[in-house]
Amino acid sequence: MLCLLLLTAWCMAGLAGLARPLSIAFVGRTLFPLGAVFGAALALVAAISLTHPTEQLVLPIGLPDLPVHLRLDGLSGVFLILLGATATGISIFAAGYFRQGEGTAPGLICLQYHLFLASMGFVLLADDAYAFMLAWETMALSSYFLVTTQHRIPEIRKAGFLYLVMAHLGAIAILLSFGILQGGSWHFTFDAMRAAHLGPNGATIAFCLALIGFGAKAGLVPLHVWLPEAHPAAPSPVSALMSGIMLETALYGMIRVSFDLLGLPLWWWGLLPLLLGLFSALYGVVFAAAQTDMKRLLAYSSIENIGVMFTGLGLAIVFAGVGMHAAAALTLIAVMYHAINHAFMKSLLFLGTGAVLHATGERNLGHLGGLIHRMPWVAWLTLIGVLAIAGLPPLNGFVSEWLLLQSFLFAYKVPHPFINMLLPLGAALLALAAALAGYVMVKFFGVIFLGQPRESALQQARDAGFAERFGLAWLAIGCMLLGFFPTTVIALFSIVTQQLGLGGLPTSNAPWWLLLPIPERESSYAPLVFFAVIAIVVVLAILNVRFFYHQRIRKGAAWDCGFGGLNSRMQDTAEGFGQPIRHLFQPLFAMVRELPGPFDRRPRYRLEIGDRIWQALYQPLGPLVRRVADKVAWLQQGRIATYLLYSFVTLLVLLALML
Amino acid sequence: MRVFDWIVQLMGIVMAVAAAPVFLGWVNQCRAWLQNKSAPNILQPYRSILKLFHKDAVIAQSASRLFRLAPYVVFGAMVTAAAVIPSIATRLPITRAADAIALVGLLATARVFLSLAAMDIGTAFGTMGARREMMIGFLAEPALLVVIFVVSLTCATTALPIIVERLSAQSFALNPSLAFTAVAFTMVLLAENARIPVDNPATHLELTMIHEALLLEYSARHLALMDWAAALKLFNYACIGFAMFIPWGIATSDAPMGLILSVVLLGVKLAGAGAALALVETLSAKLRVFRAPEFLATAFLFAVLGLLVRLLLGA
Repeated sequence: MLCLLLLTAWCMAGLAGLARPLSIAFVGRTLFPLGAVFGAALALVAAISLTHPTEQLVLPIGLPDLPVHLRLDGLSGVFLILLGATATGISIFAAGYFRQGEGTAPGLICLQYHLFLASMGFVLLADDAYAFMLAWETMALSSYFLVTTQHRIPEIRKAGFLYLVMAHLGAIAILLSFGILQGGSWHFTFDAMRAAHLGPNGATIAFCLALIGFGAKAGLVPLHVWLPEAHPAAPSPVSALMSGIMLETALYGMIRVSFDLLGLPLWWWGLLPLLLGLFSALYGVVFAAAQTDMKRLLAYSSIENIGVMFTGLGLAIVFAGVGMHAAAALTLIAVMYHAINHAFMKSLLFLGTGAVLHATGERNLGHLGGLIHRMPWVAWLTLIGVLAIAGLPPLNGFVSEWLLLQSFLFAYKVPHPFINMLLPLGAALLALAAALAGYVMVKFFGVIFLGQPRESALQQARDAGFAERFGLAWLAIGCMLLGFFPTTVIALFSIVTQQLGLGGLPTSNAPWWLLLPIPERESSYAPLVFFAVIAIVVVLAILNVRFFYHQRIRKGAAWDCGFGGLNSRMQDTAEGFGQPIRHLFQPLFAMVRELPGPFDRRPRYRLEIGDRIWQALYQPLGPLVRRVADKVAWLQQGRIATYLLYSFVTLLVLLALML
Repeated sequence: MRVFDWIVQLMGIVMAVAAAPVFLGWVNQCRAWLQNKSAPNILQPYRSILKLFHKDAVIAQSASRLFRLAPYVVFGAMVTAAAVIPSIATRLPITRAADAIALVGLLATARVFLSLAAMDIGTAFGTMGARREMMIGFLAEPALLVVIFVVSLTCATTALPIIVERLSAQSFALNPSLAFTAVAFTMVLLAENARIPVDNPATHLELTMIHEALLLEYSARHLALMDWAAALKLFNYACIGFAMFIPWGIATSDAPMGLILSVVLLGVKLAGAGAALALVETLSAKLRVFRAPEFLATAFLFAVLGLLVRLLLGA
């Protein structure tokens, strides 16, 4: 259990931050790089453990007679690799990122940060409900404190509060789900839950509660409202951890409950995550296109990606439920692949925004632009993340999308009428979401890094420091490797599907560079060949131009139609770039628009984009809670005699029940 | 015969790259005839490309390296697509590197680079063009993918060469699902290649152009590559259509006679497709930009209809 040691080492590194809480040099130069080393080691150990049998461990700590059970199997291993490998890049970046005046003292941030990392690790290792909930709550709390790092800003405190409320609502649902899963044995180890026999009703309720609980943490629509508030509020490395890793732990929980603890799921359960996931994917990406704050845009894009993963999970459950195990294995592999891809891509993008934020102090897309000239390192490394998340070959985002679409092509074989016809339409919607993601990412990169600077202050922007570049490069290289060597990654993932009883992928005699998941379909994809052919053509074209023609270049002004006076305000703004999407998906948005009239002396344009779900589902909740609280307040008389009476009555009732 | 395969593969690529501007010239010629104009020479696209290669490149001061790199990447992506599409033979080495879905991804890569390069200068035209191009793209891409799903449900694979082999083994029959998807595919082809009714390749009118707005800042060799890539894109789309809807004649073995026949047949198909394209362009008028989503939504619905017909009737 070397993993355990490394997680403890993370905690220690965090605690060490308290030794010199105000020293940026100590925390940044020593502790964060140390944490990065631990992260890399964790990924390595977890990768090695995948080839070994499942390890179990009982630690006699905690309450008497309730030891902590830990277990390291394939599923935990895969997510630990994700955690370790991504955290390495983020920690290196964080070493250069945190500076004086970020609100909370650096030593304290260091403690919260490493505690957050370690608690995510323990969530993945936990093998009983107590340990799981303990780690889960530590994860929620430590990330809450990280979100509210700049706690002097009221909006950030508000975002943090919303996050905390949603996290706890989700935690209650998970707790109740575990309560049903134990199935009357009153043993809360996961082994007992695996052995418990629940009727179909009990299992269904447990599944739905788990979906609510983990869905709230993952940001599944309609439980997503906290996500676009909390993720932008946090410092960028923390946003990266939350978006890149924490959301995936919720996916882990969902896979664990539906495929491991519940045994083989019923097929129609899958329709719930499938529909919610598809809706989240479209909803998230459409809202992302309308955003003007770069971190909010990424937060909505996370909702989209979580939607894609839950769609896949739902499909896998449908396949497993009807006994199509090979298709279920393929789908689950696609989901896990997307999870690890998203961890790398989204962390990379969030860190990129962090670097921009530090260089310019600006989060609003309307004040950015042209940064590729001032910050070439950040721009080009971010471009890799942008291309990856837009799902373009030969990078990694495309591989998981491809696998998911391939598995959707099995859906017509599901032996239920109508369902087998409607499921392939899900693939069409998924394709729409993926294409929209490309739109969003062109907007994101184009408005921030390309064009002309929209403010004169941007001319002073400086490129990121060495540590930050290194962190970005780590994640960018991860994106490329995951894209170029899909067969290796899939071989690791099929260990997991074998352990979950779905069987691995059928063996084929394809060469290592050729991805051929289902040999009899002959659908293949070879990213390296792809990349090589493009590279060869590009090099040949460049050489051709060099040797047969000339290389003369003149610099001139951009074409202004002969009128002159071209300036940076004439470029499309972020609002302008999102306009076609707003126009096409108008019913989804709650828009408030103020347009200036033709004779306004001081024309003002205002556009606010609200979330209909927030208005319809959440805003009525506030008055409702207040009304209920007013009623309940009647109980609180404020006189000690009354409270003694309450205790007395309670005791009497309990006695009556016991007798 | 691995060496022979590679030779055929290379010849196929060279042929596609060489034939693409000629195909564009043919379409322009047909269109001019239909509109009672005197037609330009069929080699006119070649002449303009050659002319552009000899000119000095003028680049805006605010351009970054991305702007200069993009034409090469776009051209590279289109050549790779030409290598992947089974236009004359199916059993070739590179065709296995990508199936139809990956091909769509490859075309999307080219589109994203084109749009990013257009945003790089920071003028109103460039960003407007990028926005419109991406809008057309995100609507056309799912429609194209659904078309591919229908075909791959018919053939139980998404690999284009296998699709060609399985479809051409069938005798000719009007397959209702494929008929719907063929309509959808044609509409996507028109939109993706900036043809009327979505965009007008002959216009430089500021408010209506899409593709030309993206290229406005390009000159000389960069513009030549972009134009060549656009011609190649049209050629590729035509070949994808042939592979899915009229695959008969594409060589499925190494026999030299079959290959020669397949090249000849490809020429005939291209001539027919080019004339049909010119006819469509002559008969229809350009839509307003905001009618374009409706046009593409129709294409998407046709494709979905094809999917449902396929699943309901199994044909």
